[in-house]
Amino acid sequence: MTLPRLGLITAALIAAAVVADYAVLLSGASAADLHDLATDTYLRRVVGFTFLQATLSATIAIAAAVPTTRALARQSAFPGRNLILQFCALPMVMPAVAAIFGIVAVYGRSGYVAELSGVFGSEWRPSIYGLTGILIAHVFFNLPLAIRLLLPAWSTVPGETWRLTAQLGMSSGQIFRLIELPLLRQYVPAALAFIFTLCFLSFAVVLTLGGGPRATTLEVAIYQALRLDVDLAQGGALAVLQTLACLVLVAIAWMTSRRLDFGRGTRLNTARFDGLSFGARLRDFITIVLAMGFVALPLAALVFDGLRGLFFTRQNLWSLLDAVAVTLTLGLPAGLLATVLAYPIAVAADRLRASNAATILIGIAGLAGIIASPMAIGAGITLALTGRIDLYAIAPAGVVAMNALLTLPFAVGVLRPAVARNHAQYDRLCAGLGIAGRDRFRVVEWPMLRPAIGLAFGLTTAASMGDLAAIALFGNQNLTNLTLLLYNQIAAYRMQTASGTALVLLALCLLSFVVIERAVGGRSRSLGLS
Amino acid sequence: MAFLEIEDLAFTYEDLIMRFDLAVEAGECIGIIGPSGAGKSTLLSLIGGFERPLGGTIRVDNTDITHLPPADRPVTTLFQDFNLFPHLSTAQNIGLGRNPGLKLNAADEEQVAWALRQVGLEGFEGRLPGQLSGGERQRVALARSLIRHRPLLLLDEPFAALGPALRVEMLELTDLLRKAQGLTVLLVTHDPNEAARIATRTAFIAAGKVAMFGPTRAVLDSERSEIREYLGR
Repeated sequence: MTLPRLGLITAALIAAAVVADYAVLLSGASAADLHDLATDTYLRRVVGFTFLQATLSATIAIAAAVPTTRALARQSAFPGRNLILQFCALPMVMPAVAAIFGIVAVYGRSGYVAELSGVFGSEWRPSIYGLTGILIAHVFFNLPLAIRLLLPAWSTVPGETWRLTAQLGMSSGQIFRLIELPLLRQYVPAALAFIFTLCFLSFAVVLTLGGGPRATTLEVAIYQALRLDVDLAQGGALAVLQTLACLVLVAIAWMTSRRLDFGRGTRLNTARFDGLSFGARLRDFITIVLAMGFVALPLAALVFDGLRGLFFTRQNLWSLLDAVAVTLTLGLPAGLLATVLAYPIAVAADRLRASNAATILIGIAGLAGIIASPMAIGAGITLALTGRIDLYAIAPAGVVAMNALLTLPFAVGVLRPAVARNHAQYDRLCAGLGIAGRDRFRVVEWPMLRPAIGLAFGLTTAASMGDLAAIALFGNQNLTNLTLLLYNQIAAYRMQTASGTALVLLALCLLSFVVIERAVGGRSRSLGLS
Repeated sequence: MAFLEIEDLAFTYEDLIMRFDLAVEAGECIGIIGPSGAGKSTLLSLIGGFERPLGGTIRVDNTDITHLPPADRPVTTLFQDFNLFPHLSTAQNIGLGRNPGLKLNAADEEQVAWALRQVGLEGFEGRLPGQLSGGERQRVALARSLIRHRPLLLLDEPFAALGPALRVEMLELTDLLRKAQGLTVLLVTHDPNEAARIATRTAFIAAGKVAMFGPTRAVLDSERSEIREYLGR
């Protein structure tokens, strides 16, 4: 069987599974349930809060990212600029629950910020649980992401344009109004919609920091219906509602993204003349330090408290090691499965892009992890299997499958451009030399794609290890990984113990990412592939 | 004193140490030729204020402009491409030459219309750069140069991307405008025919220096080996 066909079949199977999942949900949720949903005040409040927190989170993250990104773009010689950009990728592989621990340690009721204000005689005690905490955590995760989404906007502007602004004598404000604002209008709506969707579906943050029924989102409500109330019908109805909302969001994101082409300049690294003055440099410096400080402080606290927690509290070492083992046993197969599924899909996506049907199938499979809420997928699996199979027994497989499905879009996203580039550059050469099939993979694709495959495998593994949704749905006393252990400790306010667990979880995720990326990706970076 | 005086202007790029000396009279059109990487564009960037010299002076009309910001110099530069903002209309792109914040009054609008007439693009006010041909885009950029009323016009291979006939047409338009507006023009080009067509004098630049400067014909017909090599004679 050819690789593109294999990819298409894989995509079709995943798409079929997702569609079947929703069929189960819809058949389980009767019209009466949906009517109950519409009239239930608790659920209306949940829906309202879900939209409110996602709107505020995305708006604040973008509002903070615009001046920061502008400062980073303007000061291209800023010391440590590349380090900052790499640092901005960190939250993507960082386990949410571990980061939440750091956020509580800094911005919480008895966190460092409150302590510091106490030194100055203030009685101020910030309340981290509820909307405030959810917003802080969402901005923490999405500000760096927004910076990485927006920064490419500036690199599309040719050097000639900046010279032109200097020649015409445009002030910083005029440059912003006449050049950067039109530019951002191309990039901000899509970034806003993407971050809104992430916050809309956010699970770990809301479950940990949400304060009871007043601060609950749909995703958490589905989880509670399934796991705590064991009300499968209501969980299913909520999941359908959740997915409809997400489909609308993705459609909006799709429609709002429009490209403004400044063309490719010849002088790429021309300095911004409006950023040369001392005042401009000082302003940019302060902006960057404030934004990065906001993200770096919780991480510093996490490491500092974590080391203290590991060495000075009596952590139950065996339960910790057990959780490490569970994390590895579930995370590695999930990452491997996602990567192995993603490769043929990426090949098919490039080879079969002329076919509409194939594009749609591949789109559904690739997007399932983004459009479909993790809880909705989990709910479908639970509904389909309840009473047929012992859910307890298949729990590990459930976690692996769910995590693989959720991280699949990232793997496809990483592999597809690399695969497409290989096809474009070497198809004719391979055809001329008669290199095909398995030979082609061994001689051409594998050596060329190793960095991308390593990156995809590393990303999906780290993301699976740090994910709370799947393990919260399927986990139990006998199946507790680090994220679930940490969540349980935070929920029980055992912060000292939790600090050590958080650090171990963070270290394990980062280490897995680095080791996998290096080991699988090899040293072929010198080829200039990534 | 010559109109444009460049004395011992120093700059380094990678391994190349550049030192330029040049004196140009008002109203002249100077061709600048020489191998790639010799420093032709750098010389224009230094005069335009986009690069900072390590030493030396640039004087225009007896005023030292060496350390002025680009917008304050009596100079306007036309690049080979990307002279226009893709999201602004033709009139707006030209209007920027009057007010960098695009706050245009009736007199400014009048000037825009005048500049469009000068380059033969009446009625093109509302078009976006994407709707114009390559030659039309450079005409719009030329119109903006006119509206800024700067006596020194620097052209950095502005017509290199155009076809032969269009190139001649644009050269003739430039020369016409130079005479009508009393401009002094520096034209960087790779094509000796362009220099021969409109340049009164030509500078041959090699390895970061003005290696030869004289009447265009004399430079192009020079028997010096580096020039013969460059021209392929």
